[in-house]
Amino acid sequence: MKLAVASGKGGTGKTMVAANLAFTRAWANEPVTLVDCDVEEPNLHLFYPGPAITRDVTIPVPVIDTFRCQHCGACGKFCQYGALTVLPTRVLFFSELCHSCGGCVLVCPDNAISEEPKRIGTLSSASPLPCLTLITGTLDTGDPHAVPVIREAKKKADGSPVAIFDTAPGTSCTVIEALDGCDACILVTESTPFGLHDLKLAAKVAAQMGIPAGVVINRSDGNDELTHRFCAEQNLLPVLLTVPFDREIAAIQSRGDLLCRARPEWQKEFDTLFEQCRGLAREGP
Amino acid sequence: MIRLAVVSGKGGTGKTMITAALSGLLKGTMVLADCDVDAANLELLLKPSLIKTDPFMGSKTAVIDPARCTGCGKCSDACRFGAIEPAEDTFRVNPVRCEGCAVCVFVCPEEAVALQPRQTGEIRYSETTRGHLVHAGLVPGAGNSGLLVHAVKKTALERDRSCDLFLVDGPPGTGCPLISTVSGMDAVLVVTEPSVSGLHDLERVVAVCRQFRPRIFVAVNRYDLNPALTRDIIEYCKNEKIPVAGTIPFDPAVIDAVRAGRPVTESGESPAAQAIQILAANLYLEVIDLGTGL
Repeated sequence: MKLAVASGKGGTGKTMVAANLAFTRAWANEPVTLVDCDVEEPNLHLFYPGPAITRDVTIPVPVIDTFRCQHCGACGKFCQYGALTVLPTRVLFFSELCHSCGGCVLVCPDNAISEEPKRIGTLSSASPLPCLTLITGTLDTGDPHAVPVIREAKKKADGSPVAIFDTAPGTSCTVIEALDGCDACILVTESTPFGLHDLKLAAKVAAQMGIPAGVVINRSDGNDELTHRFCAEQNLLPVLLTVPFDREIAAIQSRGDLLCRARPEWQKEFDTLFEQCRGLAREGP
Repeated sequence: MIRLAVVSGKGGTGKTMITAALSGLLKGTMVLADCDVDAANLELLLKPSLIKTDPFMGSKTAVIDPARCTGCGKCSDACRFGAIEPAEDTFRVNPVRCEGCAVCVFVCPEEAVALQPRQTGEIRYSETTRGHLVHAGLVPGAGNSGLLVHAVKKTALERDRSCDLFLVDGPPGTGCPLISTVSGMDAVLVVTEPSVSGLHDLERVVAVCRQFRPRIFVAVNRYDLNPALTRDIIEYCKNEKIPVAGTIPFDPAVIDAVRAGRPVTESGESPAAQAIQILAANLYLEVIDLGTGL
């Protein structure tokens, strides 16, 4: 099963939910791959410190053969992203704008363009617990190509019986890439109008992609009627778990510990949450 | 005009709450922008009245004409985004995956593929008690949030160029929306929180911001929830020569104010409101007063 943890609003507790879900799976001796798809600000490794094997993630970018190039301008005209500007004597390439589509190689009439890999981030694998594999995608700071790093990170979970994807906040391309192909997703929200506003957007994304979703209300102060009402009005958007606001829970999380490890009574709650997600995945969209 | 962006790296540290409070506390004329276009929340606190809406056209999307498509599959083979899927005897484009590169248009021997413009959001221009607000709505699931951020900033700068201050509520993360937000700013306020994630994300977002050379300031929100990590953050800032412009305590009055749809500083003298007043005074002195020479 592929399960994504998403949120719309940032800082609602996606990483907390993903890290604890994976912990209960590993504790039950069920092999699980936990993938950090929030490649702009990956945090899961802070909760599972330890040695990791790291390799580069690259994308293909064009290289111009200056002997063959006739400066005809075909590549610059074709590139939809403005990544190539052809001047009378040279070609300027702006790698941060390149989407690696390969179009320039195809259109060049002089076969003057080939591709070479350019590093955009890294991928680390670690085994912090016997049944747990942690994959962390990290985008190089200042690089805008988050999506290819997410794509590579998710590939490492292929074949794993259970994969849990911790996504970036928001509703745009990075979130779509992480949700793509998932069997179910958890939307984490909090008891504020901000949380509800962004939950509505995230629920819309999941519905559009045909992914069954359930809700976790985190840091609840008990005033969640509006969230419950919204979920009840949707076609199948159950509230799966409510975690109360509690200074001790906040302290556990802030120092990089796991709720299920520090307070084992929470293991049962996260076990149930996981089984509910399995149920959502079985029922389908 | 002084340009100040409030960013965070990690989400949910309190950017929007602080931006809304600063809008009421900083003196002078201002124009505001909500550059967290994926999940825009500033409007929930500033109660804007809408003046004008403009469509935002993101990148184009490929469309296959099924009448011309012979099902040869050349487009599908050439597409690096896996956006072209078989559909009965022909092929169709998955618009969620399509990045509008036009490779399929080029390779199709039947001229059956064309790029079409697609509206992926809208730009809203509104009135608030503190000045004009430019905000946006991204169609959930659409890409191009970095381009939309650019369009939001451009609208604000074109229409309200004569204001003393351009105050921007930024997105979380370090990717294209953040890069698009920080570019051209005079100063950046990074709002963080005392957690291992908050410190880790602060370091990364500072590394990205520095590439654009704005003046950088830090505010630690809910600093009393983990005093040891707050000390680590302050130590980090000291080593990096980044001024800590404010520390704000955890305060239930903040959630009450968000629920009531107003900045926490608007009424009452709660501990958080007092701390944000100090933050605003520091920023005013350091960024605006010195910056404009007023």
